[in-house]
Amino acid sequence: MSEKIDEVQVRKVAKLSRLDLTDTEIKEFTGQLEAILEYVDKMNQLDTEGVEPMAHCLPISNCLREDTVTDSLGADAILANAPQRDGDFFKVPRILDDNSGA
Amino acid sequence: MQNICLDMDCTQLRAKVVSGELSSVALVTAVLDAIEVRDTQINAYITVFREQALARAAEIDARIARGASVGQLAGVPVAIKDNLCFTQGPTTCASQILAGFHAPYDATVVQRLLDQDAVILGKLNMDEFAMGSSTENSSMKKTTNPWDMNRVPGGSSGGSAAAVAAGLCSVALGSDTGGSIRQPASFCGVVGLKPTYGRVSRYGLVAYGSSLDQIGPLTRTVRDSALMLNVIAGHDPKDSTCVDAATAPLCDYTADLDAPVEGLRIGVVPELNVGADAQVQTALNTALEAYKAMGAELKALALPHADYAIAAYYVIATAEASSNLARYDGVHYGHRTKDPKDYVEVYSKSRAEGFGAEVKRRIMLGTYALSSGYYDAYYLKALKVRNLIRQDFTRAFQQCDCVMMPVSPTTAFKIGEKTADPLQMYLADIYTISANLAGIPALSVPCGFDSQTLPIGLQILGPAFSEARMLRIARMYERQAQWHKHTPNMS
Repeated sequence: MSEKIDEVQVRKVAKLSRLDLTDTEIKEFTGQLEAILEYVDKMNQLDTEGVEPMAHCLPISNCLREDTVTDSLGADAILANAPQRDGDFFKVPRILDDNSGA
Repeated sequence: MQNICLDMDCTQLRAKVVSGELSSVALVTAVLDAIEVRDTQINAYITVFREQALARAAEIDARIARGASVGQLAGVPVAIKDNLCFTQGPTTCASQILAGFHAPYDATVVQRLLDQDAVILGKLNMDEFAMGSSTENSSMKKTTNPWDMNRVPGGSSGGSAAAVAAGLCSVALGSDTGGSIRQPASFCGVVGLKPTYGRVSRYGLVAYGSSLDQIGPLTRTVRDSALMLNVIAGHDPKDSTCVDAATAPLCDYTADLDAPVEGLRIGVVPELNVGADAQVQTALNTALEAYKAMGAELKALALPHADYAIAAYYVIATAEASSNLARYDGVHYGHRTKDPKDYVEVYSKSRAEGFGAEVKRRIMLGTYALSSGYYDAYYLKALKVRNLIRQDFTRAFQQCDCVMMPVSPTTAFKIGEKTADPLQMYLADIYTISANLAGIPALSVPCGFDSQTLPIGLQILGPAFSEARMLRIARMYERQAQWHKHTPNMS
């Protein structure tokens, strides 16, 4: 039922996924995703009219804990893994451009 | 060469250490030495904590010497899959994107091992982010099967299964999203248990498919799996999907282990079994005959939607993965690309450089399935199919205490045999995936060998939270068949 996935769509999905793929990867993934999606389409042989979608496998609701204050890890423990830090901050390249009028 | 972890199971080793007959230092030294010699070929370990393990063993010996009480895993060498956070050493998930990452906290299961005085020897190899069925998707190393060095150990917990099978630790932890504990356990001839969804806390398990992931043990005996479940099961306020005792009471899983289940009714699914290789089917049938001889009743039944499990799984798991793996952004931890020209490149180049091919493929598939215009056709449809699969099991368990089937259609395949075609690799997960979709417990217990002396596993699936009975059922067969006494010939 679904139309075949093509390179244009694969490039769009790569962008949504924030993956900077090479042309070779795009080509390879197009063929592989097409084969996988074709297989996945077998789900359409099943009539699922009136079947509830099941996001979770057990009829359990969230298990809540007491709302009490406990120790957290602290900024240093978290920032120790940062690729770049500046004091108590994660450092990243500029997000707003020069003309943004900030 | 003698190997102490192959001669005795964890339960026996612990008894020797606690009685003072064997020191933990001697035990841990022997296993570390075995790792040094054997793991050059098996490559089960990503990281080994030699000094820390010996120091901890000495500390446990000292406590035993002065008569202090010690835990259920006192002084025993254990190892953990490298997707479990441990403040000691790096946590890699076998991925380059986690280069340099040191977990700032211990996973709850790791804390529980430590609370029971286990000695953690190291972190075990896996498919990158637990995505794979052969451990060939690791960016660190290629783990081999101890029964045949030219073959894969299975995956994604391939390092865990290979280490236990080769005696390079006594017991190990793995994780199972679509078969990642049971399939490598089957390929390596050990016991592997995926508990019920919610039975074990996932706090500190690096997430892949959050509605499917579950942590469990890989061990040489059923008794050791019961012991490990005693240690890791139970409510954890840090995991909101981990059920409390009111929902599902805990028990001592080792208590009645040797008591056979009276009037056992086993469900078998002939339609499904014919998809397995002839030798796998023969081993399954021989095991079923053994149960029959022990008084069990076999009931043929149908799981009409099992054939759609792989399709539903590869939509749901990849959709969840695409969301979970969005956290690897090159900002907070792990790999960041050099000289990005803007902040978008921090994300897109860091991720392109850090993730391997299978992880990229699954992120792409999941993003597509969730994207505008395709959500209903793929993701929503898969959730409905998932419900049908769960209903199949609900109906089945009205007629039987457990269902038995193969773990994998084949025994361990050759390294490189399936890497060219990702879909072929997915299709081999046919028997294991349904348990994750339905959230039910399932285990693999050795049930013989093929003509090339490659291990075959018997899969036992049970209703939610029936682990105690399932372990007893597995033990009935293990005690009679004694396959666990066979160990790989590694010379």
